[in-house]
Amino acid sequence: MDKLLDQFSFGLFFWQILIFVGLIFLLKKFAWGPILKSVNDREAGIKDALKSAEEARKEMQNLQADNERILNEARAERDGMLKEARQLKETMISDAKVEAQTEADKIVAQAQATIESEKKAAIAELKSQVAGLSVEIAEKVVRRELADKDKQLELVASMLGDVTLIN
Amino acid sequence: MQKISVVRIFMTLALVLTSLNLVAKDTENVEKEGKGGLKTEIKEFIAHHLLDSHDFTLFSDEKEHKYYGFPLPVILWDGGLKVFSSSKFHHGQTVAEVGGNYYKLYHSKIYKTDAAGTIDYDAHHHPTNAKPLDFSITKNVVSMLLISILMFFMFRSLAKSYKKNNGIPSGIGRFLEPLVLFVRDEIAIPNIGEKKYRKYMSFLLTIFFFIWFLNLLGMTPLAVNVTGNIAVTFGLALLTFLITNLTANKNYWGHIFWMPGVPTFMKVVLAPIELLGVFIKPFSLMIRLYANMTAGHVVIMSIVGMMFLFKSWIGSPLSFGLAFALSILELLVAALQAYIFTMLAALYFGMANEEAHH
Amino acid sequence: MTIPDIVGAGLIVIGAGLGIGKIGGSAMDAIARQPEASGKIQTAMLIAAALIEGIGFAALFAA
Repeated sequence: MDKLLDQFSFGLFFWQILIFVGLIFLLKKFAWGPILKSVNDREAGIKDALKSAEEARKEMQNLQADNERILNEARAERDGMLKEARQLKETMISDAKVEAQTEADKIVAQAQATIESEKKAAIAELKSQVAGLSVEIAEKVVRRELADKDKQLELVASMLGDVTLIN
Repeated sequence: MQKISVVRIFMTLALVLTSLNLVAKDTENVEKEGKGGLKTEIKEFIAHHLLDSHDFTLFSDEKEHKYYGFPLPVILWDGGLKVFSSSKFHHGQTVAEVGGNYYKLYHSKIYKTDAAGTIDYDAHHHPTNAKPLDFSITKNVVSMLLISILMFFMFRSLAKSYKKNNGIPSGIGRFLEPLVLFVRDEIAIPNIGEKKYRKYMSFLLTIFFFIWFLNLLGMTPLAVNVTGNIAVTFGLALLTFLITNLTANKNYWGHIFWMPGVPTFMKVVLAPIELLGVFIKPFSLMIRLYANMTAGHVVIMSIVGMMFLFKSWIGSPLSFGLAFALSILELLVAALQAYIFTMLAALYFGMANEEAHH
Repeated sequence: MTIPDIVGAGLIVIGAGLGIGKIGGSAMDAIARQPEASGKIQTAMLIAAALIEGIGFAALFAA
């Protein structure tokens, strides 16, 4: 310890403090300040650049997502439209079919009805004609045959026989 | 890496040559005085080299009193300012007469003497002569100025290169910038904290490079032992002490005088211990740097000196190899001590700024 | 330097050496266990070693 105190030189201490404090202030003004400022600026710049790059990337992603969405929407719309059209077509076709069917059915029914009525009319006419004809024939036959008594009986018998036959 | 090794070899060689100069013309004397004489001479040489000196001697021949170097201005305050060249002392051989006063250089200290230059000693062989206040520009002051100027231009060029080069360092700045960032990111921010580190950066950066460069300057053949001088390390530690305690917050003083979270009895016991710690911390900074650098110089110079003591084909190359290895170790120590000093200073600043967390 | 001084200095060096050796060894163990925390461990190790060193030097100068 004595040796240390003996070695201590106040002059050197004085100059050391003077030089060192002076150096601190000089360097602070001319070196450390600008250096740390530049480094900080640079680091902030890098951080900003990274941030903006990240933002750009996100925006790009958003944009892509938007595009995708729009495309999907358009595709869905197109699909919907196509589907609608197909449905429309199908309903139209089925409608037409149904209509045609009913029309045809109607026509057929009408035709059948006409045929029926025609047939009825024809039958009626035939009946009336046959009746007339039968009456005529019967008149003629009666006129000619009823002179003979035997023949009258025979006729009645045959008629009776017919009657049973019919029954 | 290879380049550095080559530089080291040259530096070591130069150191050897410096010492060689000491003994070169001395062989005939050694024959007479034997090994004891050479041993004392080496011891004295080392002791002298560790001390500050009033002239810048590159190498010398003590026996022939031949010195190669240049004198430095001596500034004394002794009832008035006295400025003269240290060449007047003739390396302690003669008495310098300035304005009617006589001064003599004895073991790197200036003493006031009579015209004949008599120095009185006390029982412990310490001179009892009056010592004038010595503000001389000594070898260490010159070294510090040199390093300061070097640092100023180096870091100024780094600061300028940012402007010129659009935020990217160029030239020597490429080497310095990572070191500056190292001090900021590894020393200041972890120890002081993100919020408060800025106001300490100038001090931490300056002290780191100042100590490191001075340590390295001590590794050159000039071997100026600036950071191994107690006055210099005292100055550095004193500044650390002042900054720590002047920027300390309430919480810090609270922890010293009234430690929170312990019983009242312990608070009373802890207060003087903590207060002592306030002074021990910078004191240990001062002693650590001084002792490490001085020890490094002593060991290397002793081992270099051993080469001339052995004077054999086995011993001398062995000590040379040892000196070489130790020089490399000292190169590491030079950086390590600068780092530790800065680190501990930052740690103390961090303590002074710690916020209450109870 | 008297003989008690030298012996005292030797004891101080042995003590400080053991202490710093212990710190270094423990730090190595810790780094081996948690290599990712090596930076923090190194810092703590240096600080602890520096404190012991400080005490050691103080004692050496007192001796």
